[in-house]
Amino acid sequence: MTERTLAVISAGLSQPSSTRLLADKLATATVTRLADEGVSTTVLTYELRDYAQDIMNNMLTGFANPRLEEMIEAVTAADGLIAVTPIFTTSYSGLFKSFFDVIDNRSLTDQPVLIGATAGTPRHSLALDYALRPMFTYLHSVVVPTSVFAASEDWGSGDGGRVDSRVQTLPARIERAAGELSALVARSDRSSRVRDPFELPADFNPAGMFPPR
Amino acid sequence: MQFGIFTVGDLTTDPTTGQTPTEHARIKAMLTIAQKVEEVGLDVFATGEHHNPPFVPSSPTTMLGYIAAKTERIILSTATTLITTSDPVKIAEDFAMLQHIADGRVDLTLGRGNTGPVYPWFGQDIRQGIPLALENYALLRRLWREDFVDWEGQFRTPLQGFQSTPRPLDGVAPFVWHGSIRSPEIAEQAAYYGDGFFSNHIFWPASHTAKMVKYYRNRFEHYGHGTAAQAMVGLGGQVFMSKNSQDAKRQFRPYFDNAPVYGNGPSMEEFTSQTPLTVGSPQEVIDRTLGFRDYVGDYQRQLWLMDHAGLPLKTVLEQLDLLGEEVVPVLRKEFAKNRPADVPDGPTHESLVFAASRAPVAAASAGRNDLDTSAAIAPHRRATGAAFGLAGAGTTGAQR
Repeated sequence: MTERTLAVISAGLSQPSSTRLLADKLATATVTRLADEGVSTTVLTYELRDYAQDIMNNMLTGFANPRLEEMIEAVTAADGLIAVTPIFTTSYSGLFKSFFDVIDNRSLTDQPVLIGATAGTPRHSLALDYALRPMFTYLHSVVVPTSVFAASEDWGSGDGGRVDSRVQTLPARIERAAGELSALVARSDRSSRVRDPFELPADFNPAGMFPPR
Repeated sequence: MQFGIFTVGDLTTDPTTGQTPTEHARIKAMLTIAQKVEEVGLDVFATGEHHNPPFVPSSPTTMLGYIAAKTERIILSTATTLITTSDPVKIAEDFAMLQHIADGRVDLTLGRGNTGPVYPWFGQDIRQGIPLALENYALLRRLWREDFVDWEGQFRTPLQGFQSTPRPLDGVAPFVWHGSIRSPEIAEQAAYYGDGFFSNHIFWPASHTAKMVKYYRNRFEHYGHGTAAQAMVGLGGQVFMSKNSQDAKRQFRPYFDNAPVYGNGPSMEEFTSQTPLTVGSPQEVIDRTLGFRDYVGDYQRQLWLMDHAGLPLKTVLEQLDLLGEEVVPVLRKEFAKNRPADVPDGPTHESLVFAASRAPVAAASAGRNDLDTSAAIAPHRRATGAAFGLAGAGTTGAQR
C-alpha cells in the first residue's frame, strides 16, 4: 500500500477547541479520501499551544530547541499540511504566525496545504483569503483552492435535507477541500525525499563569480 | 592548541547596577582585557567589527595595533572582519601593516555581518552577502600573494597593475579563518582554499556546529589539503565561572536574563543544556570544553566570549584569571592527550613561514595561484605531519 504522511497544525487555545475540531475533521476527511485511492496515511497532529514557549524562545534566540526542531522536521517533511487557526482581531492568531515566522522560509516550498480557520462570526471568513493564503503563497506552498472557515453557527448546520442546495454547508466544504488536498498528497514524494542541508547551488563557485584565472 | 577570547565590543547596561559604560571606557576596557589575555597566559585576543551602536569596535586594526605594542606574545585576531562591506584592498593593506607592526602575530576571521542596514551604508546589498564574501576574498588572497594585480569582478572597481602595500611580512599572508554559523557556502569556501573554519558555536546547539565542522573537514580533504582530521578548526565558547558552581549561576543569572542575544527567552538552565554556554565551576568548564572534541574532533583554536552583556571590567578580569590559572593549563594538558601527531597545531606566522619554505616546488607546480599557501602546506603535511609548527617549526609563546 502507498504510504503518505499528513501534518496537522492547530493553533486553537482552549480545551476542547473548535479549531482543533475543524482540523481533525479536515484530517479525517482527507485520510478517508486517500484510503479510497489505496493510500495509507500517517497523521501527525500538533497543537501549537504545546509548543508556545519553544516557538517564542526560537524567535528570541534564533534556533529551535530539540523538541521544536523535531516537530518542524516532521511538519516540513510531510506530504501535506492542514493548518488551522482561530481568527483573532481579523487575522490569524499571533501564535500561528509565529510558528511560520520561525521556520526556514524555504522549508514549505511545494508543500500541498489546506488552510482552515474558526471564529465566532462568519464576518471574518475572508481572513483566510487575505491573511493565510498570501502567507502560504509567500512560502511557495501549494494552497488548495477551497479553504474552510467555520463560524460558531456552522457547528449547528447539517449536510442532509438542505433547504437550498446552493448553500454549501460546513461538511460539504470539508469534503470538497479534502478532495483537493488528497489529490495532491497522493502524488507527493515529499516524505521520502532525502534532504541535504549542505546542498549548494549547482553554479556555486567557491572563488566567486569571477574566479581567478 | 591555542586558547583565547573574542569580544563583540557591545556597550550594554550592567543590569545589576544600571550603569552603562561610556564608549571611551568600553574601548579602554577592551584594551585592558587584551593585555590581561597575555598576562594570564592565553594565546589569542580577537575583536569584532561593527558599524552601528551599541558596538564600539569599528576599527579593529587601530585597536590591535595598540595591543601589538603593549604585548609580546599573543596573536591578534578578529571575530569577525567584514569581508562583505569592507573593501578587500583596504583589508589587505590594514592587515599587512598590522602584521609588520606586530611582527607577524596576526591572523583574521572573515565574516559576512548580519546587520541589514550596514550593507547599504557601505553601498552593498545583504542579499549579495555570499557572492560578496566569495569574490572579495578571492581578490584579498591575490593582493597578498601577487605583487601586481589586474582584477575585474562583479562588485568592486577594477584594478590594473595594483600593488597592495606593505607586502605581507616575510612574503606570507596572514592566516585566514572563515566564520559562519549556518552557511555551507562559507564552509565550502574555507575548505576550497585550505583555510581555517571558525564556528561561532555559541548561541546555537552543538549538534549544528558538529554538522558544519564535519562538512568543512570532508570538503577540506576533498580539495586535497590533507586529511579531514588535519583541517583547521576554531570554536567559540561562552563561560562564566566561580569557584563554587552555585555562586557562578547566581552571579551570572541577571546578566543572562537581560543579555541582548537571548534575554527574556529560555531559562539559563535550558540555554546551558542546549548550547555550549557553561555557567559553573572551573572544573565544569574544563569538562564541558573537553567535550567539544567529541563532536568536532581535535581542533586548533578555542576562543571564549567573556566581556559582554554588561559584565563589569573587574568581573571580566577575574574570569580571565580563572581561565588562565585553573582552566587553560588543564585543557592544554588534556587536549594534548591522544592528539594524533599529524593533526596540526594552531597556525602562527612562524608555522606559515616554515611551511612555505619547505614546499616552494609544490607551490609552483600546483598551477593555481589561488591555492599557493595550501599547496605549500598540503604535501608537507602528508610527508611529515609537521605543518603549523608541530615539530621543527619556529614556535612562539602561543604554541605551548
